[in-house]
Amino acid sequence: MEQTWIILGASSTMARAFMQKLAEQGAGLILAGRRMDDLKTNASDALARGASMAKPIAFDARDPGTFQPVIDLALKQAGQINCAVFVGSMPPQEEIDADPAMLDGVIADSFTGPARFLQMLAPHLEARGSGSIVGVGSVAGDRGRIGNYVYGGAKGGFATYLSGLRNRLGREGVHVMTVKPGPVDTAMTQGMDDLPFMTTPDAVADDILAGLKRGKNVLYTRRIWWPIMTVIRAIPEPVFKKMSI
Amino acid sequence: MIAMRWRKDIAYTGWGRALTATGRVARPVTEQEIDTIAPAFGNRRSYGDAPLNDGGAALDMTAQDRILAFDRKTGLITVEAGVTIGALARILPPQGWLPPVMPGTGIATVGGAVAMDVHGKNHHNTGSFCQHVTALTLLQNGKRRKITPDRDKRLWAATCGGLGQTGIITQVTIQLKRCPGEVMIVTERRVEDWAEHIAHLDASGATYCVGWIDATATGPKLGRGILEEAEIGSGLAPARPKRRSVPLDAPSWALSGPVVRAFNNLYYRRVPATGRTVVRAFEDFFFPLDKIHDWNRLYGKRGFHQFQCVVPLDRADTLRAMLAEIAESGLASPLAVLKRMGDGRAGYLSFPMPGYTLAVDFPNRESARDLIARLENQAVAARGRIYLAKDGLAKGPSVKAMYPEHPEWVAQVMKADPDGKLATDMVRRLDLRRL
Repeated sequence: MEQTWIILGASSTMARAFMQKLAEQGAGLILAGRRMDDLKTNASDALARGASMAKPIAFDARDPGTFQPVIDLALKQAGQINCAVFVGSMPPQEEIDADPAMLDGVIADSFTGPARFLQMLAPHLEARGSGSIVGVGSVAGDRGRIGNYVYGGAKGGFATYLSGLRNRLGREGVHVMTVKPGPVDTAMTQGMDDLPFMTTPDAVADDILAGLKRGKNVLYTRRIWWPIMTVIRAIPEPVFKKMSI
Repeated sequence: MIAMRWRKDIAYTGWGRALTATGRVARPVTEQEIDTIAPAFGNRRSYGDAPLNDGGAALDMTAQDRILAFDRKTGLITVEAGVTIGALARILPPQGWLPPVMPGTGIATVGGAVAMDVHGKNHHNTGSFCQHVTALTLLQNGKRRKITPDRDKRLWAATCGGLGQTGIITQVTIQLKRCPGEVMIVTERRVEDWAEHIAHLDASGATYCVGWIDATATGPKLGRGILEEAEIGSGLAPARPKRRSVPLDAPSWALSGPVVRAFNNLYYRRVPATGRTVVRAFEDFFFPLDKIHDWNRLYGKRGFHQFQCVVPLDRADTLRAMLAEIAESGLASPLAVLKRMGDGRAGYLSFPMPGYTLAVDFPNRESARDLIARLENQAVAARGRIYLAKDGLAKGPSVKAMYPEHPEWVAQVMKADPDGKLATDMVRRLDLRRL
C-alpha cells in the first residue's frame, strides 16, 4: 500500500536520516517545519532518493494555526497516512532558570504542540483504520534531573500522552510507537563533550524502522538505555534528590 | 540557524590508523553553518595523513549528505560533499544511472573523491572521477565560488586531486553514466604468473578490469593472482554474501606471514582452474571490502600503510622487480591489486598516468616502512608516481619529482589560500606549498 509520512520537525538532523530511508523505500513525504529553505532542499533530496512525493510545508509547534493545512495536505494522499514527530527544543536549563518565560516555548515544542497536532490527526487515522505514529521523546523524560528538568518534564508529558494515544488508537488498527533516544550526535548535542552511549541519527532511524516492523510500543535507542533508565527510575527519591547525574 | 560548534581534543586518523591527529573538529550540518575556513574531511578513507590537521581545526563534512538536484533525463546530479559514493551506487541504479567512476570503497565521500581525483576499475576506458565532474562549489576565505572546468581552468586543475587546498569543497555536480542493468556479470580467471597477468590486462576489452595479486607468491609463481573482468548485466539475481565486521583490534598474529600465505592460497584456489563467471550485486563488486566493516582493525593498534604507485607502460619490468622485493621481504601483505590505467586525469596532482598500478598493504612496522621507502625510490626512478590518497610516508622531494605540474598547483593554492588555513599534515610533511 502507498505510504505517506508526515514529518514534524523535518529540518532536524534525526528527521533527515529517517526521511532519507523512507524516501529510498518509495514513500511519500510531507516535510513540515519552520525553515522553509532547508525543507525545500530536503524535499529535493527525498525525490532524488526515490520518494513518490515530497512537499515542504510550514509548521510551527508554537503556532496551532499552522496545523490544519498540514493535515489537509496529508488527507489528499491515497493509501496509508503516518506521522513521525521530531520536534522539540532543549535550551540550557540555566537559561530557563534565568528566564522562566522560556518554559512555555519548551513545553509547546516538545509536548503540547505535537500533542495537539496528533489530537487533530487521530480521528482521521481512526477513520482509515490504519497508520503509524512515531513520537520521539527522550530518556530525559523518564526522570526529572537537575540538568534539564524542563525539557525532561515536557518529554515525560509527551511520553505519557503517547501512551494514552496508543491505548486509544491501538484498538482502531493504528500503531503508536514512543521512541526514547539517549544522546544522539545532532545539532542539539554538538559541542557537548563525551556524552555516554552516544548514537547517530542514522542508527536511530534504522532502529525506528526496525521497531515499526516489529510493532514495538516503546523503543529505547540505543537499547542500553532501557536497563539504565530502569535503574535510574528505581532510585528512591530521597537518594535521587541528592544526586547530580 | 545553528552556530557551528567545536569538539575539542578529538583524536582521529586516516584509514590506515598509523598516523593520528588531535585537534578540534566541527561537523556542520549545512554549508551555511560553516563559519571557519579549516581543512575538510569526509569519511577519512585516505590511508595516511591527507585528512589530518594535528593541533589545528578540521571540518567533518559527512553530515552534509543531501542530493540537491537530480535530472533523470540528462543524468546530471548535484550533491553535497558528504554524500558517499556507496549511497549513489545504491540510490541511482534503480533510476537508470550510475556514478561513472567508483573507487574501491563506497564509504568514500564525493568531496573526498574530488580532492583525490579517484579512479575505479574502469579507469582505462572512463578516466578519473573529476573528468565527469562539471561544476564545484568552493568556500574560500570569505567567499563562495562556483567553478567549472571551462571558466576556471587553472583553479579547476588545482582543485581536482588537489588535496582540498583550494577551498572547502561543498557541492559537486556529476555527469552520471547510464546504467543498463542492475547486477555485475563478473568473469574471474586464475593467472599463473606476472607475464600472464600483464598480458591479460593488456588484452582485456572489458569495461571493468582488475587483477588481484598474491603478493606472497615468489619465484615462478611471482605475480600470480586472479583477473576480474566485468560488465553490467540485467535480469539475473546476485548471490548476497553476509556482512561481517571486525569488532576489536586484532592480535598481531592475525595478519602474520603464515596466515596471509594460507589466506592468499585459499583466495587463489577459490576460483576454479578453468575460471568462472558469477553474478554479483553492484556493491559486492565495486566495494568488496566494505562488507567487512572496519577491516582496518585487522592490522591491530599500530595500523598499516598502503603503498600504491603507477609506472609507465614501458616500465612494467620495474614494477615486477618491486613486487619481487615485496614478495621476498615476507612482510605479510594480503591481497594486492594490479591494474592497467589509461591517461585520464583532471588535475595537476591527479594520480593516474598510462601504465600499471600496484597497491599493497603493509602492517606498520619499521621494516615495512623501510621497504616502502625503497619502493618509493624505484617509482621515482621509473618516472612513475605514488598515490597521495594512500600515502603517509613519502618524502617531499620525491613527490615533487613525481608530479611535474606541482608548480602550477602551488601557484593556484597560494592564490586561493594564501594564509595556509587549509594546510594539512600531509601538505606540511611533503612541504607541498613550496616549490
